[in-house]
Amino acid sequence: MEFAELIKTPRVDGVVLHRPFMPTVEGTLCLTGHHLILSSRQDSIEELWLLHSNIDSIEKRFVGSLGTIVVKCKDLRVIQLDIPGMEECLNIASSIEALSTLDSITLMYPFFYRPMFEVIEDGWNLFLPEEFFKDIESSTDEWRLSNVNKDFSVCPTYPALVIVPKAVDDDTLCKVATFRQGGRFPVLSYYHKKNGMVMMRAGQPLTGTNGRRCKEDEKLINATLRVGKRGYIIDTRTISVAQQAKARGGGFEQEANYPQWRRIHKAIERSNILQESLIKLVEACNDQSQNMDRWLSKLEASNWQTHVKEILTTACLAAQCIDREGASVLVHGTEGSDSTLQVTSLAQIILDPGCRTMRGFQALVEREWLQAGHPFQQRCIQSAFSNSKPRWEAPVFLLFLDCVWQILHQFPCSFQFNEHFLVLLFEHAYASQFGTFLGNSAAERVKLKLPQKTVSLWSWVNRPQEMEHFLNPLYETNSLVIWPSVAPQSLLLWEGVFLRWKRSSKCLDEAYEEMVHIIECNKELQSKVNALRRQLAQLETGDGLLGEP
Amino acid sequence: MEHIRTPKVEQVKLQDRFSNKVTAGTLYLTATHLIFVESGSGSSSAQEIWILHHHVASVEKLALTAGGCPLLIQCRNFRVVHFLIPRERDCHDVYSSLLRLLRPAYYEELYAFSYNPKQNDQQREEGWQLIDLNAEFERMGVPCDQWQLTDVNREYKVCETYPRDLYVPVTASKPIIVGSSKFRSKGRFPVLTYFYQEKKAAVCRCSQPLSGFSARCLEDEHLLQAISKSNHNCRYVYVMDTRPKLNALANRAAGKGYENEDNYSNIRFQFVGIENIHVMRASLQKLLEVVGARFLSMTDYFQGLESSGWLRHIKAVVDAAMFLTKAVTVEGASVLVHCSDGWDRTAQVCSLGALLMDPYYRTIKGFMVLIEKDWISFGHKFADRCDQLDGDPKEVSPVFTQFLDCVWQVTEQFPQAFQFSEWFLIQIHEHVHSCQFGNFLGNNQREREELLLKEKTYSLWSYLLAEQQNYENPLYSPALAETQPILEPSTLPCHFKFWRNMYHQFDRTMHPRQSILKHILGLRESNRELERAANQMEAKLQKFSVGGAPLHTGAPHRPRPKSLILTAPHGRKEAEEETGDAEDEVPARSGAERTVEGSSANENGYIELHGPFSTKPEPQMVSLELGVARMTC
Repeated sequence: MEFAELIKTPRVDGVVLHRPFMPTVEGTLCLTGHHLILSSRQDSIEELWLLHSNIDSIEKRFVGSLGTIVVKCKDLRVIQLDIPGMEECLNIASSIEALSTLDSITLMYPFFYRPMFEVIEDGWNLFLPEEFFKDIESSTDEWRLSNVNKDFSVCPTYPALVIVPKAVDDDTLCKVATFRQGGRFPVLSYYHKKNGMVMMRAGQPLTGTNGRRCKEDEKLINATLRVGKRGYIIDTRTISVAQQAKARGGGFEQEANYPQWRRIHKAIERSNILQESLIKLVEACNDQSQNMDRWLSKLEASNWQTHVKEILTTACLAAQCIDREGASVLVHGTEGSDSTLQVTSLAQIILDPGCRTMRGFQALVEREWLQAGHPFQQRCIQSAFSNSKPRWEAPVFLLFLDCVWQILHQFPCSFQFNEHFLVLLFEHAYASQFGTFLGNSAAERVKLKLPQKTVSLWSWVNRPQEMEHFLNPLYETNSLVIWPSVAPQSLLLWEGVFLRWKRSSKCLDEAYEEMVHIIECNKELQSKVNALRRQLAQLETGDGLLGEP
Repeated sequence: MEHIRTPKVEQVKLQDRFSNKVTAGTLYLTATHLIFVESGSGSSSAQEIWILHHHVASVEKLALTAGGCPLLIQCRNFRVVHFLIPRERDCHDVYSSLLRLLRPAYYEELYAFSYNPKQNDQQREEGWQLIDLNAEFERMGVPCDQWQLTDVNREYKVCETYPRDLYVPVTASKPIIVGSSKFRSKGRFPVLTYFYQEKKAAVCRCSQPLSGFSARCLEDEHLLQAISKSNHNCRYVYVMDTRPKLNALANRAAGKGYENEDNYSNIRFQFVGIENIHVMRASLQKLLEVVGARFLSMTDYFQGLESSGWLRHIKAVVDAAMFLTKAVTVEGASVLVHCSDGWDRTAQVCSLGALLMDPYYRTIKGFMVLIEKDWISFGHKFADRCDQLDGDPKEVSPVFTQFLDCVWQVTEQFPQAFQFSEWFLIQIHEHVHSCQFGNFLGNNQREREELLLKEKTYSLWSYLLAEQQNYENPLYSPALAETQPILEPSTLPCHFKFWRNMYHQFDRTMHPRQSILKHILGLRESNRELERAANQMEAKLQKFSVGGAPLHTGAPHRPRPKSLILTAPHGRKEAEEETGDAEDEVPARSGAERTVEGSSANENGYIELHGPFSTKPEPQMVSLELGVARMTC
């Protein structure tokens, strides 16, 4: 297919662009295969380059022959284009609609994007399961790297390499896979070096209504427990949802069959409810009403903050079981690729200082989201402005980022990266020139040959000149476990995402610059004083005087 | 003290409001404070709570439990403590002593009259001279050709609740003033409170007119005319009635009301709808009830926030101040602001408006001046509103707290526009209720003079200025005052937030465990020290090269006053704890280990891990509470 077929009018002059808190720009609108571009052809004025894939929905209006297209983006920005001429406007609108809803992944921009920078470190090879396992191997010999899934046949959504108990062989794994939703047999997610406890994740057990059991599953799970130790199974669903799942062949671990485990049910909502929540929240944030009660009641009704609280609480619970109870944990929901990953990844941020570094966090996203088979393609195909009937889309990853932001907000000196980095990940998960978030699983990525055909987001982010924007100037190594508060008063609306386009960021940006300035000033002064001190000491010893301490 | 029946009770348990944490200790009752000292640990990290009697808003004895007799104390600085006292008799003694002590009958019994910060008389006098309101009017450019100082109220004869020195239009003669004052509730006739020099526009304040359904007063009309005429930039003057229209209408039946536009030439009349003191009192009470609940759900939190109406009221005040600011700075119009008596809502709107218009009021000193002018001198009834003496509970209202909240909302939107941080606001709030300093005692200037406060008590302002560095906003940019003198905060509802650091200032578990503000303040202080050290060493180096005497640059560094760290609301108080964080990875010791800055898993109450395993009982949850820094009042 040629993009040209979809572009009915490639170019319109005299288009006026309105953006929140920016001056209006008049210029020429161009449509290319992947971008909507507005250029004023004046050097001083910034142009607009908008990826079609970032467009969530459009609305068109006419006043006489002047058409207006309101473009609502997946990053929650809303812009308006005033286009002279009804026909041009209709053509532009239908072209945008077609180009922003391409069916085939291989037509997406990452397959066409050629980096303007030299790739020094290829992000596609940065975070390999082998590397992660090496680190675990250095502390324990109870686990092994299995390639039972090397052709993705045992579990289509798992990566080729997974970490499993050493005592369990590949045949057993294959049997367990038949007992778990989507073949997602329990695998290692995190090893807590401090006390040797582990966190595993899986799909739900397929017990069904007649209480099917699987000896191999029980064996695998128990193999993760040390002698005399017990564990917790955290089911992210409520007990009633888990009960209902039995009717569809799913279910949960019966106490009788897993006597060494205690099951705890939490209430993280399913994806369609989360999507509805996002739509309501964004609608509330875009409400121009001056009515305070209306805002608060809409914010409440969106339930977004409730989801944040529930997810964070569950993650804290998992971390608490591991660090405080000295118990191992198995986390699952239904598929084990949404709420399960929210919990396992957040728990690691709480427990493991390594995950709070720039590299460590990238590795976490790679390992617990991309490799673990979170279906990014399905979940992020539409965002809050979607008009179509929701199918697979859900802000599961955005909620995770929101929770990370909450912890970052409570421990502003304990993270090596800053809020901008989280916002960046949100943007790129929904629309990107990079291939990182394309596809739904490792298998799909291999099939699409993403590492060969596209550039990794990490290749770009880790260049020093980009990285500096995302580093937290307040960061100080903190090797402790960080326990966030989950009280409603402590959890805030993530303004950096949801109110980002509702106010000018000028004042906040300048304040941030000033903060960076003070910190840099401190570093410079430190080194100046140290240099002076050395100089003085040399002089003093040279003169036979006592050196400065 | 004859009121103290039991000065000391041992084996008292302090229950944390939001978690299951219990601390055992000893309770002491002194003439001024209720003190709880954690027992056992004996180390310097033992928790100490000092509660000033004046801070106590209510004491409640709850139903007897197995663990003892519970005593619930709620304070005006939003501290809530829950004691369990083993013996009921002791509990009752403490309870009745506190009831007797918490609100004295006479001003002279307030703490300010016994508080002695070890200053000599001269220092005390200097403290009181720090703020000079006549100098402040001069700064605004008053007196000038249109505005003059009048001595009509020199003896408090025209208006008891106004200050002696008042500024009025030069064309307003004494008979006009006196005539107008008779037509205004409590004699509070229109006077100048802020002068916007750039456009010669005036912000004036007064109380409601005694217009009833038809009464009019030529002198009052004259005075408004004079205000209007003194501004050549604009043909009209705005009259802002800060009340909801319904309230103003109802007042007409009582012979009061609002200005009839037909009788006054060139006025533009506007209601702005801020609710009265009773609504505000109920609102804050509701808010505190909601956020005081244990295991609060998000839904209950938002619904409670909404039904309390608190943020709605905050927004109403900011909206009104924005209206005032735009009228003055954009239209160049003069504005007359009033409510009923002109000492609550009027004070809020005039002072917040001035803060938005004039960068001076966003400095530490300027903010003191603003409070001194619009609140203290113009007779905001601090004694009644803050319940200083045993008075009418219906007069109590968080009007000033609301003003501070509004200021905080603006600081959140303009992080570089203010010289002070929220700690300054919280500290002022603390002392408005502490009755430790003379500034806020009494209801008006006349009362304060009668109490001889300047001779008998100390001024809060000098105390705060001495610790100025702790209240500074490290990100403050004075240059911004030049480029953006007028602040226009967004008043969209989503930009108003619950001020957790105020209303939960003593609830440690709710706060970020690392404070950016504290961190940056520390860095800035470190920068100063490093600069000094560098200067000294450079001078020394010079000495080596020239062989001269070493130069002394700068005074030795003054350490941060201890008292502030102790009195500090959240954040500052962990100053000492934090030093311990340098130690990396603390190995697990006997099942208990350190976490970051007092953060612990069970304190946050993620879940109650109850219910035993099939064979073995539930392992005990362990967590080592960090040394909670001492708090004194």
